[in-house]
Amino acid sequence: MAEHHLEVTVNGQAVTAMVEPRLTLADFLRDRLRLTGTHLGCEHGVCGACTVLADGAAIRSCLVFAIQMQGSAVTTVEGLTPREGGLSDVQEAFRAEHGLQCGFCTPGFVVSVTAFLADHPDPTLAQVREALSGNLCRCTGYQGIVRAVQAAARARQETGRD
Amino acid sequence: MTEGTAGRYVGARVHRLEDPRLLTGRGSYIDDQAVPGMLHAAFVRSPVARGSVSSVDVAAALAMPGVAAVFTMDDFRDIYQPTFSTIIGRGAPTTPLRPLADGDVRFAGDPIAIVIAESRYLAEDAAEAVDVELEPLPPVLDIATGLSTEILVHPETGSNLAAAIYAPADDEHAFGSAAHVVTETVAQHRYVAVPMEGRGLVASWEAGRGELTIWAATQAPHEMRSYCARMLGLPEHRVRVVMGDVGGGFGQKMFVTREEMAVVLASYLLGRPVRWIEDRSENLMVGGHARQEQATVSIATDGDGHLLAARVLHLENVGSYSVPGTGSVGGGVAAFFPGPYRLPLLSFTNRAVYTNTCGRCAYRGPWLFETVAREQMMDIVARAVGTDPLSLRRLNVITDDDLPYTSATGVRYDRISPAKTLEQAAELIGYEAFRREQPAARADGRYLGIGLSLYVEPIQTRGPLGSEGAIIRIDPTGEITLIMGTASHGQSLETTMAQIVADVLGCRPDSIAFIQGDTAVAPWGPGTGGSKSAVIAAGAAQLAAERMRDKMLRVAGYVLEVSADDLELSGGRIQVKGDPEARLSFGQLAEAAYLNPAALPADIEPGLLVSARSVAPAMVLANACHACTVEVDMHTGVVTILRYVVSEDCGPMINPMVVEGQIAGGVAQGIGGVLFEHMIYDGDGNPLTTTFMDYLLPTACEIPDVEYGHVVTPADTPGGYKGVGEGGAIGSPPAVINAVADALAPLGARITGTPLGPSQVLAAIAAGALGS
Repeated sequence: MAEHHLEVTVNGQAVTAMVEPRLTLADFLRDRLRLTGTHLGCEHGVCGACTVLADGAAIRSCLVFAIQMQGSAVTTVEGLTPREGGLSDVQEAFRAEHGLQCGFCTPGFVVSVTAFLADHPDPTLAQVREALSGNLCRCTGYQGIVRAVQAAARARQETGRD
Repeated sequence: MTEGTAGRYVGARVHRLEDPRLLTGRGSYIDDQAVPGMLHAAFVRSPVARGSVSSVDVAAALAMPGVAAVFTMDDFRDIYQPTFSTIIGRGAPTTPLRPLADGDVRFAGDPIAIVIAESRYLAEDAAEAVDVELEPLPPVLDIATGLSTEILVHPETGSNLAAAIYAPADDEHAFGSAAHVVTETVAQHRYVAVPMEGRGLVASWEAGRGELTIWAATQAPHEMRSYCARMLGLPEHRVRVVMGDVGGGFGQKMFVTREEMAVVLASYLLGRPVRWIEDRSENLMVGGHARQEQATVSIATDGDGHLLAARVLHLENVGSYSVPGTGSVGGGVAAFFPGPYRLPLLSFTNRAVYTNTCGRCAYRGPWLFETVAREQMMDIVARAVGTDPLSLRRLNVITDDDLPYTSATGVRYDRISPAKTLEQAAELIGYEAFRREQPAARADGRYLGIGLSLYVEPIQTRGPLGSEGAIIRIDPTGEITLIMGTASHGQSLETTMAQIVADVLGCRPDSIAFIQGDTAVAPWGPGTGGSKSAVIAAGAAQLAAERMRDKMLRVAGYVLEVSADDLELSGGRIQVKGDPEARLSFGQLAEAAYLNPAALPADIEPGLLVSARSVAPAMVLANACHACTVEVDMHTGVVTILRYVVSEDCGPMINPMVVEGQIAGGVAQGIGGVLFEHMIYDGDGNPLTTTFMDYLLPTACEIPDVEYGHVVTPADTPGGYKGVGEGGAIGSPPAVINAVADALAPLGARITGTPLGPSQVLAAIAAGALGS
């Protein structure tokens, strides 16, 4: 199959590659760039485990082709960790509230929540649940995840960060 | 991490050691595993439920770019040796498993050929080009047909009866003299485990070394090693199974399955690493199903509602290729049907039936239908007798005064607290107040219901499941490594086992490196599942840590020239009691133990290395009571859960945060199972729910806050720990069902099982209206 020239920024770094048109963004990130934090839970756009940011918006990387990201800036879960190491405030809240067990769905939740809190600094509980409903978790019953989003929002307000 | 350098970590909500890597995308799941030279597999599958295969033409597929091989059962015949799951044992009744179809297909999705190519994309392309000549035949899809038809799912077994139990009791007098005899048939539909990561493995046969290495998403690496060694006739120490992080299992990854066999056999034939990652549609269609059962139950009571006897006819649809064994759970359903009640007599009959559907696999509390059926019957009996479901349970529940108690099926109960959890759950949910408010709500057109579910859960430690191993090694630098036979895949053992060891050695949990899931280095273990880790894994960790502490004290006593009795371990140091200046760091101690061995006395072996194996008591029981309230929308049939309470007794908690997480996860699976999830076949045996658009998992919008009560009754185990992994999934289905039935009872609507989606609820309401 003919390959096309792709230029994309991933986690702040410029990447160029030759890709088949049918190569999904998820497979490009995972197999070509070895950014394996982006997980595939259904490959039909329901579970949300493959969620990444494209120019700041949360998208499902299993549902777009890599070539569609031409010229875009993609951020994966690996790109959310502070440069100096440690955990982001969202990641830290997930840990404090036991928002993960097996961890497979977790990167998708972390990316989705990061995007959600950027747009909703003071969310209601109903908004939190609605925002999380695009990601599936089979281990936690969502208890710690809901708490983690609320805790992260609260902490940002208390520290004045947005 | 809880702050402080030492102290008592067991019992604290210690943050998980697993989390940093998993939260930052640095976990290592099977799909992240890249082995040089690895090939990729895709399966050609049956499009029909039953049929005969006259030919499989692979020529066109083999000619496609990047295709390395296409194998059918003919290619495996000379190397494949049928074997057995260890827990079932050699010679025990088992499904006639085979890695690929052999002349016929027995369910929709049955693997016919495995295509191996340079990429998954190319393997799937080539799978499309495999030409299968197949004549569809009428399938057996349900229990009634399976028991009456001449058509055989597995012709070589001679019958569709996979397993049967006939255990009558002398109950004629009890039923003859009973004030009430209540009979009902309750059914449970097919729903499935659905770990967010499907199955998957990379198998690599290296002929030069004579070694097979398997990286796998498994719950039981040692079982996979044993099984694959037997299957290929290899010495077991020439097979190495390695698990990394595993994205959930819930039983589905406990036993070796057909696709896994085929991948291993393909690597053996090719001498190259072969990888297969199950996609979601495969996982839903062929990954192993569960739960499809029904029971006709008669219960006899006296005039007050005291249980006198029960008769149960239990029927199971175990599908085609079930694991382990025949897939029947009748024995467990029989043994625990009496549950937490004084039930003097039980007659139990079971039939497990093969059908041309996906085979059953283990799923979180595989035998839970005893609770699902019994707890529905308790409510049905209460309505028939004219008493409240809580009152009926209070009348019959086993109390402290009854213990030890031997059930009608011979199970000896002790160290349990069903009466206490019943009262605690009723208190937490505000049972009496709800009963007062319920009629007023109904007068306003709001149909509210409350449901209870009470159960006793056997921790799965029978036979080979009753022991776990632990090795603790302190290296010359003083760093601690804990190596276990466990296969934690969400259960947080990396944290909880470290908490136990840290308390014994007086150090921090995060100073302990945890290694599991590599059969080359880990002691044999029975796999993680069956709620047994807190019993056997914690026991092994505790025992090994105590042995290490004793050894450290002996070495330190020699170095510091004091009696070991005068020493204590604290803050990552060994010090003389009352003289904190006289102390050794773990590093100084380890140096003395390793680097100057000639200086040690003859009775102290150099080094710091210990191992231990736990053994579980004959029976460990956990218990819990679930209570929930629901509102049913009369117009849409939608059930909304208002509150959900669990009172759990799993003994002392190693980490309450982890305990509550396990409970909540199980509860969500039960709520999902009752209200949303349904694995559906059409009348021809075609699966209809093979994507997440059709098979509906609950989201954060459907699962309410779960409220917890804890009762603590220690078991006869090290630390007194019981288990908690499965209980949430066992108790939740009947709590939800009973709440819906309670809400609709005033309408004359009978609820006798699941699923309870909007259409079923509306149908029950309509039938109730017709009946009245």
